[in-house]
Parts: sequence; structure tokens; C-alpha cells
Amino acid sequence: MISVKDLHVCFGRGTPLEVHALRGIDLNIPQGQFVTVIGSNGAGKSTLLNAISGDIPPEMGRIIIGHQDVTRWPTHKRARSVARVFQDPKMGTCETLSLEENLALGLSRGLRRGLKPALKSGKVKELKELVASLGLGLENRLHDKIGLLSGGQRQALSLLMATLQPIEILLLDEHTAALDPKTANYVLKLTAEIVEADQLTVMMVTHSMQQALSYGHRTLMLHEGQIIFDIHGEERESTTVTDLLNLFERKRGEALADDALLLG
Amino acid sequence: MSQIAFLGAIETGLIFALVAFGVFISFRVLDFPDLTVDGSFPLGAAVSATLIVSGVNPWLATLAAILAGGCAGWVTAWMNVRLNILHLLASILTMIALYSVNLRIMGKPNTALLGEDTVLMPFESLGLPYYYTTPLAFGVVVLIVVTLMYLFLTSEIGLGMRAAGANKNMARAQGINTGGMIMLGMAISNGLVALAGAMFAQSQGAADVTMGVGVIVIGLASVIGGEAVLPPKTILLALLGCILGSILYRLAIAAALNADFLGLQAQDLNLITAALVAFAIVLPNAKRSVFKKSGALK
Repeated sequence: MISVKDLHVCFGRGTPLEVHALRGIDLNIPQGQFVTVIGSNGAGKSTLLNAISGDIPPEMGRIIIGHQDVTRWPTHKRARSVARVFQDPKMGTCETLSLEENLALGLSRGLRRGLKPALKSGKVKELKELVASLGLGLENRLHDKIGLLSGGQRQALSLLMATLQPIEILLLDEHTAALDPKTANYVLKLTAEIVEADQLTVMMVTHSMQQALSYGHRTLMLHEGQIIFDIHGEERESTTVTDLLNLFERKRGEALADDALLLG
Repeated sequence: MSQIAFLGAIETGLIFALVAFGVFISFRVLDFPDLTVDGSFPLGAAVSATLIVSGVNPWLATLAAILAGGCAGWVTAWMNVRLNILHLLASILTMIALYSVNLRIMGKPNTALLGEDTVLMPFESLGLPYYYTTPLAFGVVVLIVVTLMYLFLTSEIGLGMRAAGANKNMARAQGINTGGMIMLGMAISNGLVALAGAMFAQSQGAADVTMGVGVIVIGLASVIGGEAVLPPKTILLALLGCILGSILYRLAIAAALNADFLGLQAQDLNLITAALVAFAIVLPNAKRSVFKKSGALK
């Protein structure tokens, strides 16, 4: 379970470039809920994810993961309950390490690392089976450097790595935005499968309203650092992309200036 | 080149292989350009020499040197991680500070070790001439260190350290304390360099406060040269490349200084070093573009 209470994030406080990126976010995500997050550029979607993962320290407010107040915890300490897949495939995996080494890193996320060999034969066998389950034929390339793989393959591996250890929440930051449409579909399908199989609690940021409505249980829209609406259940099922746009315009009394929202 | 000059080059090459390991950890594993090395090399020499002269067991003295070097590396990393000082600048600050520290430790600019017990003693009692025993002793040390380094870098912590150096965001997301890894890695790196300094002082019979000048360039030359000769496809190859690069570098220097027709003299050492490093950096790119032109890399 995740709770965010009155969260404020401000960049460059007191400078001419001051940006109040989050203005009082209140959010409760129960165990096993899949939340999609939409909003125009600069709405604060990524900032919210970064605040939950620990990459951005909030100015005010609380973040509670499980029953633990993690507001002051650094990213690496939160990693035992928070996993994430980045937008840029280069970010989520380590280019200079081999495929099996990357997976081994995911396998010991949140655990105490010691002086035992990172790649024991038993572990490698386990990893091989996991990679084979992706159906990409990567199980024969365990020794290859990650830099040799395509963006889609790397995102699939990032997803796999994120779920190697039990987590409280999976953060997906537009993790298909940098991929071609066909690969993006594959990664999205894989995401849905993994989330379903492990009953994960998920927050997925997306630029596509269609995706936001067709995946998960609940949809949030952010605008200028605030949650402007939050739909789930029947209300959400009967909502269409056009409804979302109308709702947005009514709430804010302004037309959407950002085409990216329409084109997803 | 005479046999003695050849073995001398091997001997120095083996000592500087330890420096190359240290530089490999800072520059390659952690991506942390570290000049502390120029201070931690004489630090190792100063600590071990001073302790040996005051009657401490040479092995203990060498261990103390490693710990002192580790502290120096940790200080540089701490300034970078906790105080947010640019890594290069943090290392230069430690390097400069160590000059004073080294003078304080010895109480004078140099300490002679003539007639003192050193870690080389057990090897000298083998009955071989000195120009065989010293390279042999250093060979054993390098073998031990390379084994430990390999085991460490392929361990869970070692893998975490490599990730922390290569991709900080990803490492943090996988629960790795990247700041802690930088401090640990820099301590190990400079501990190794201090070990090299301690060994160097004991084989040369003296520690001198100026003996660290240019050590970083030699270490870097060894790492880069090693990579050019032996592409570092795996960690083991990268470590062996450090040894190979270090020895080849020494042989190249010895050959250049011994080739009378070139007219080079001992004072030209740093000029040759700089030229060799520049050459080693350019070589891999030059090789690639030559292949590309001839179409061999299609």
C-alpha cells in the first residue's frame, strides 16, 4: 500500500526559474491496484514518480510505503520496496555489464550484498529460465553486453529485473515511449502479464489516453502539480478518450494545448 | 638491452601493475578521474619506511601503508560524495595535502632503508641473485592481488560497484548505495597504490617525498596500453591487461632509453611517457579507421 500526503516539490526555489512541480498531492493506492497517470508535459507526472522512488526530495508532505514512512529515505534504501522501469531503455539496464550480470543485480535488489560470487552456477540457471520465459531467445545471449541489445529487449529485461524480488510498488515512467509501436505493444502486453501474474501494485505514467483507460484499474490526471481527477470502477469503464478531454477542459476551463495527449 | 635492464623493467612493471589495478578501479570501474594516486604512492612509501626504520615488522609496516592509502582514497571520495566537490578537484586537493602529510610522517624529505629488514628478505634468502629475487617477489604479490581483485569484482559487492560506476540511476534503483560504493572503491584503489609505493620504497632502499610525481600518468598509461594490446572483454582480461600494459610500458621505456641511436637520456623519461600515453589513447581509434577505410570491418 502506498500513501502520499500533501506532497509538495519545488525546483529552484527563490530563483527566476522556480518551478512548483507538485502542489499538494494526496493519494492512496491499495495493495494490488494498477494506476495509470496522464497529464500534459510539465504536469508533474514524472516528478511524482521520482518523489516516490526517492530521486527527488519533497519540500513538504509524507510518503508512506507499506507501513513505513520513507519520506527521508534515499533511493537505494527504498529500492527494497520500490522497483521502476525508466523511459529511456539505456537508464534501466547497465550497458557495460552482461545480461546475466544485470539480472544478478536485480536478483539482489534490497538484499544485503556480500562477497559471495555474484554469478553462482545455480543462480545462472535460474536466470536462464527466467529470461527464456520472455520468449525473445535471449537465454542464449546471457554473456552478451546489454549494450548489444535493442531498446525493446532492454525494456523487457528491465521489467523482468523489477520483479525478481518482492516489491510494494512498481513505477513505470512512460516505459514504452522510446520504442517503435510494435515493440511498445509487446512491452505493454508483457507488463500486463507480469502485473497480472504477480498481482503487483503499479503506477504507470503514459502519454496515451487510450493506454491509460485500457490498462489497469484506476486513472489519475495531473495538471500543474495537482490531481485534477481520479476515476475508477464503473465510472472509468464508461469513460472514453473524448470524455477525458471534455472533462479536462471543463475542469480547467481551457483547451488542451498539448497535442501529445491526443496523439497517443 | 642487458639482462639486468630487462629484469629491472619487469620488476618495476610488476610494482606499477599494482598502481594500474588502482587506476583501473578509479578510472574504469568507478569512472572517477583520481589524481590522489600521486600522493598515495609516496604515502605508502613514507608510512612503511618510517615504521620499518623504527623497528616495526616490515609486513605490518606494509599493511599500515595499505590502510593509510585507503584512508587517502576515502577522503577524496568523501569530499566528492558528501561535500559535492568535483571529483577531479577533490583528488587534487587530497594529493596536495598528502605532500605535507608525507613530510610530517617522515619528518624529513626522505628516509633510507639501507640495511633494514624488508618484505623482500624471505626471497633474498633463496640464494638467487637480487635481480631475480625482486621480480619474483613482486610477481607473487601481483598474482595474489590479481586473484583477490578478480574475486572481489565478480562478487555481489563488486558487481554493485561496477554498476554504480557505469549507471548511477540504475544502480540506485537496484538498491545500491552509490556514494558508499565510490568511497569503498576509492579506498581500495588508493590502498593498492600505497602498497605499490611501499614495495617500491623497500626495493629501492628509500622513500622520497617526490617519488609520486607522475605516478598517475604511468598508471593510466598501463591501463590504456593494456586495453590496446588486450581488449578488456571480461574483468579477468582487463586485469591481465593492466599487468601486461604496465610491463610493456616499462620495456618500451627501457628500450627507448637504451637505444643509443635515438640519443635519449634519463631526463627524457616524462616526455617519452607523455608521448606513449598519447599514442596508446589514439591507437585503438586509428586501428578502427584504418580497418574502415580498407572495408575490413563490414
